[in-house]
Amino acid sequence: MSTEERSAESERAIRCLIAKVGLDGHDRGAHVITRAFRDAGFEVIYSGLHKAPEEIVQAAVQEDVDVLGISILSGAHNTLIPKIIAGLEEYDAFEDTLLIVGGVIPDDDKEELKEMGVAEVFGPGTPIQETVEFVRENAPRR
Amino acid sequence: MSEDLYDRLVEGDHRALARAITNIENRAPGYRDLVSKLYAHAGDAEVIGITGSPGSGKSTLVDKLAVHYRERGETVGVIAVDPSSPFTGGAVLGDRVRMASNVGDMDVFVRSMSARGTLGGLSTATSDAVKALDAFGKDVIIIETVGAGQNEIDIVRTADTVAVLVPPGSGDSVQTLKAGILEIGDVFVVNKADKSGADRTVQELREMIQLRPDTPGPRGLASPAGGDGHHGHGHGDGHGQGHGSGPGHRDGHGGGGGHGGGNGHGGEHGESDVPWAEDEEEEETEAWVPRIVETVATKGEGVEELVETVDDHHAHLVESGQLEEKARTRTAEEIRTLLRQDTAGLLEGEVDRRGGMDDLVDAVLADETDPYTLADELIEPLAECLADRPDDGE
Repeated sequence: MSTEERSAESERAIRCLIAKVGLDGHDRGAHVITRAFRDAGFEVIYSGLHKAPEEIVQAAVQEDVDVLGISILSGAHNTLIPKIIAGLEEYDAFEDTLLIVGGVIPDDDKEELKEMGVAEVFGPGTPIQETVEFVRENAPRR
Repeated sequence: MSEDLYDRLVEGDHRALARAITNIENRAPGYRDLVSKLYAHAGDAEVIGITGSPGSGKSTLVDKLAVHYRERGETVGVIAVDPSSPFTGGAVLGDRVRMASNVGDMDVFVRSMSARGTLGGLSTATSDAVKALDAFGKDVIIIETVGAGQNEIDIVRTADTVAVLVPPGSGDSVQTLKAGILEIGDVFVVNKADKSGADRTVQELREMIQLRPDTPGPRGLASPAGGDGHHGHGHGDGHGQGHGSGPGHRDGHGGGGGHGGGNGHGGEHGESDVPWAEDEEEEETEAWVPRIVETVATKGEGVEELVETVDDHHAHLVESGQLEEKARTRTAEEIRTLLRQDTAGLLEGEVDRRGGMDDLVDAVLADETDPYTLADELIEPLAECLADRPDDGE
């Protein structure tokens, strides 16, 4: 019984892409989140460092992820994130992808990002469990 | 929904292909209808399997292979499988990190897959996902397995050509004596060939190939994998065993076979010399002798030679009729797998109707019955039903 339940559960694994975008070499946070998501039972695709917005869009579309988590500590979020959103829209993938952002984002920009369609912004010091719970509750059910 | 998805997929919509693979992986409602329709469109792609130990350079090599095929104007699909956690079911799929050479080129479709607990190096959804890529119109499909150790040989069943990566310093010649993954390679790739020890690894592989029984090709090799499907592939098994008793007999010719490129004749001579080969092998052209290619994937060195070798192997499969035979074996395997899954599903329903697995376990632990008796009881109605059917076709 329990194996049945477990396999049914794992068959609906939440797929995430954790992406590092632009000229930002700080991947510690992305690694920690990747690991935490794995331990939460998610399937996590990690992009690697220094990815261009179009690379991230290509990966998100081909991998058909439920969740796209973008880690930015460079301060370039206001230029890079709109590009990613536009790319997702081009492939008709924006609607059913939960977009979250992690990193150092000033409060004013946070609101702006949310208006663009970012579901949540997680700043430094956010407990990992909070992020995991957010994804569990908000990942699109298809 | 699946109707729409199917139409969009065969029309070349990337998003539809991505979603189709998701549905296949999740066994989502409607996925069976989808895959069964895909069969009509599939069958044209060349499927290449890349396997080898973790860190041997599979992903980097796949990336460079994709570049090569793109330069020839062929479209490429990649399925990269990584292991899942045995505890949480979660997975980190990191192969994409090494596959950056084809950015912006949507004609390279890369899909990462979790093995989802499967142990053979692929996931159960892999072969269906290959069907989706094939039906989408990809010319070449490259499957990268989980970082394999010694026994992850599922790839033989799914790919036309299997390349096994063997990094320098993978152990001494005893390792190459062992059974398992080193038996399934159509091509051995000594990647990181600029590292010390590469010569020795090449030498050891060469010796291993020379010691092979006389029907090396994929036919004989496919049998260990196909073997647990216990079907009409029997004569492959027969060879393997029969020849094992006299492994030294082809050393002389095999020597020629080992020298990189010019090894086609090794098989030819070998066969004509061997008396028992005559009756069994008369219609066959020549057996494929696995080749060794040295590469430095990070620099793209040797990749062209690898592509040529894979081409040669594919041409050999076509000429010898083995491609068709492989397709037959694969189809038989697919039918069997579906039957297993479906009957298992039926029986699980029966278990639930009888109070669930926990109750059955309790009964066994209380010495009221035993697993064999239980299984017999559960299967009985099914067996009776099949036995009672009047002249059924199947």
